[in-house]
Amino acid sequence: MQPWAWYVSGPLIALTMFVLLFVGKQFGMSSNLRTMCTIGGAGKVSNFFRFDWKSQRWNLIVVAGAVIGGFISNQYLSNNQVEVNPKVAEKLETYGINSANEAYMPKELFGMEQLSNPKVLAILVIGGFLVGFGARYAGGCTSGHAISGLSNLQLPSLIAVIGFFIGGLVMIHFIFPILF
Amino acid sequence: MKSIVYLIIGVFFGIIMYKSEAASWFRIYEMFEFGAFHMYGIIGSALVLGAIGILLIKKFNIKAIGGQRMSLNPKDKGITRYLVGGILFGLGWALAGACPGPMYVLAGAGYLPILVVIGGALLGTFVYGLLKSKLPH
Repeated sequence: MQPWAWYVSGPLIALTMFVLLFVGKQFGMSSNLRTMCTIGGAGKVSNFFRFDWKSQRWNLIVVAGAVIGGFISNQYLSNNQVEVNPKVAEKLETYGINSANEAYMPKELFGMEQLSNPKVLAILVIGGFLVGFGARYAGGCTSGHAISGLSNLQLPSLIAVIGFFIGGLVMIHFIFPILF
Repeated sequence: MKSIVYLIIGVFFGIIMYKSEAASWFRIYEMFEFGAFHMYGIIGSALVLGAIGILLIKKFNIKAIGGQRMSLNPKDKGITRYLVGGILFGLGWALAGACPGPMYVLAGAGYLPILVVIGGALLGTFVYGLLKSKLPH
């Protein structure tokens, strides 16, 4: 079972955005994290979380769907192996990550047995923290800025996407060699 | 009734993310190594088609279902928040290898350590809420 090519996947993502626009909504996934904080009672400590979360119920349902979509794909639609550029796989091996071409996620970071490894745990928590903090500070993530915002020719989204790539390149080229 | 529509959109989106491998840590790493065109093709084609579609929507004043206006809100002006927030997001995106859509897809796919990433993302969102008034925007 081959992965879908970029020229299939990209247009389907655009279609997702248009379907949401036609039902009156704006494509953006990271705002769900704020909604979940609000449901968890974060409004008690910050105004930022004081809003009617029910207005975002639709987006939480999209999240539930994405979870189901992930399950269906993993079980029935994929052999769960990602083939990457051989040079990239070679470089990952020098970092001790040897599961390229045989897994969907690196076993060295996302294997259940790694959860007792403090270094891996720190990578997952800090990575998640930066994603959550950065997305809200920047007012959106890959879907809200790189797809919705850039499609709508928003300059702030261009600045945010440039930031995404500065951060990503710094992480991979300067921090990974220290980290692994 | 409308809930079913959102659920179907979500399932559709989840399958696209997984089958395109945009949800794979390896693909994100490969993208930042400039090792393949794949991720650039996905994001690039989505936004080129998106931009053409939105231009047409504006030109012909196309309305959403029920005659309501399309939710195409302009972003607030500014530089600092987008650049600094964007860089922090990018650092996390490359480190965890997942952004806020694929996180849920991966949870459904059974990669349970992603729940730690989601927990971290909720914490990051919460801390932003606490610090918001003190941060330059």
